[in-house]
Amino acid sequence: MSSLAQPKKWEKLFWPVLASALFLALWHYTAVWTATKVFPSPLAVEKGLAELARKGLLWAYIGDSLRRVALGFAAAAALGIPLGLTLGWYPAANQTLNPLLQILRPISPIAWIPVAIILFGVGDATAVFLIFLGAFFPIVVACVSGVSNVPSVFRRAGRNFGLTPLQLLAKVIFPAALPQIIIGLRISLGIAWLVMVAAEMIAVDSGLGYLVIDARNSGKRYDLVVAAMLVIGVIGLALDLGFRRIRDIPSVRWGVRHES
Amino acid sequence: MERAAAGPKLSARHITTVFQSDGKSTPVLDDVNLEVGQGEFLCIVGPSGCGKSTLLSTIAGFLSPTSGEVRIDGEAVSGPDPRRIFVFQERGVFPWLTVEGNIEFGLFSLSRPERRQRVAHYIKMVGLEGFEKAYPAELSGGMKQRVEVARALAVNPDMLFLDEPFGALDSITRLIMRGELLRIWEAERNTIIFVTHDIDEAVQLGDRVAVMSDRPAKIQQIVDIDIPHPRDLSAPRYLELRNGIFKQLGLAHKV
Repeated sequence: MSSLAQPKKWEKLFWPVLASALFLALWHYTAVWTATKVFPSPLAVEKGLAELARKGLLWAYIGDSLRRVALGFAAAAALGIPLGLTLGWYPAANQTLNPLLQILRPISPIAWIPVAIILFGVGDATAVFLIFLGAFFPIVVACVSGVSNVPSVFRRAGRNFGLTPLQLLAKVIFPAALPQIIIGLRISLGIAWLVMVAAEMIAVDSGLGYLVIDARNSGKRYDLVVAAMLVIGVIGLALDLGFRRIRDIPSVRWGVRHES
Repeated sequence: MERAAAGPKLSARHITTVFQSDGKSTPVLDDVNLEVGQGEFLCIVGPSGCGKSTLLSTIAGFLSPTSGEVRIDGEAVSGPDPRRIFVFQERGVFPWLTVEGNIEFGLFSLSRPERRQRVAHYIKMVGLEGFEKAYPAELSGGMKQRVEVARALAVNPDMLFLDEPFGALDSITRLIMRGELLRIWEAERNTIIFVTHDIDEAVQLGDRVAVMSDRPAKIQQIVDIDIPHPRDLSAPRYLELRNGIFKQLGLAHKV
């Protein structure tokens, strides 16, 4: 098949399914042939998942994790978007705060765990705070660059029609920067989902991250560890796919390149 | 061409502009003087990079001259104004709004029914019926240019500034758009200042053509185009005026 040829519909589905099936088979037979006592086979993981579902833990933990990510991500967006727009709008403010942001940005949220526990104690608030930290900086950076990349013709046209600075921000700058802001939101949602696992291992006793560490600590249940990993992967994929739909909205699509 | 007795619509006096960057100063406009009458269609031509666009941006209030002053209706220009709309090449159309949304953009102070009525009127005038809900990405260059002209006209400006508006269009679309612009101008009678590097375009459209020199630019000459519309592009008078401008710019019109 040439790389230029448009893949047929069944091919689009068939090859990924085949690859996944091969992976499962490889995993299964490796577990069987090496006769490992520690690492679970796919069937053991499936049984583990069923057990979690039966106990009612699966849905409760998924719900807890999603709730924490939603809170942390929403707080990051609610603070990060206005801050990013402001910094993009006032270059002087950006010059003042940018060094500080650039120092804070590369610090992994995991390094914040001790500080977060002092500030918020052990519990939900700490987990949410860590997720917030992971999501906040990419959102700010995307907004700043989104605003500063707005072509000057758009600003000029807005000013020409007599918009006040606030109207200009709402009607020209924000929509013009929106495609880039949405890319930033998508990246930071992915990071929030990653940080959730670490945060829940440390700060709380529910959720998918907690399930990973708890299954290992109480009885070395590696079937449950891998089951939790799979659930984290599948939900992470679902979140990303859901987010990608936003960029197909016509008032956003113009500015988003269609890469995967 | 009739001019208001009260004086010119626009007068630019001793406009001098020097750009500063990295400690180097580049003189762009050198003592430009210009008067434009009410309802006049003035074209400005000149070699590329000569400062035509700088002059137009200054007249529109986006740039302040280093010295000199622009007055419109006797009032000094200190910034852009919704009574005078600048039309860019089709790049100025907002890609996140539909055709309707773009044309409606400047009408936010009007009531909803009034907005509707204006949008419908100008969509019809520029021939975009059926494309009201389309986004700019779905339109051709010529159609986007019409959207931008309609957006400008919808706010009922008394002046239009057009900066090489048809420069990015193919030659057939460009000819059609020139005809459309003249038709609209004859209906609305706004004062139009039209910057172009295309001498034919200037002579086809303008009541007068201002010829600019190389940088730092002065206005070398203003040519009256005393041919009524519609203009015959093979008439001796048309060719004579056109060749005069080519000569003025020091261009041999032979290939």
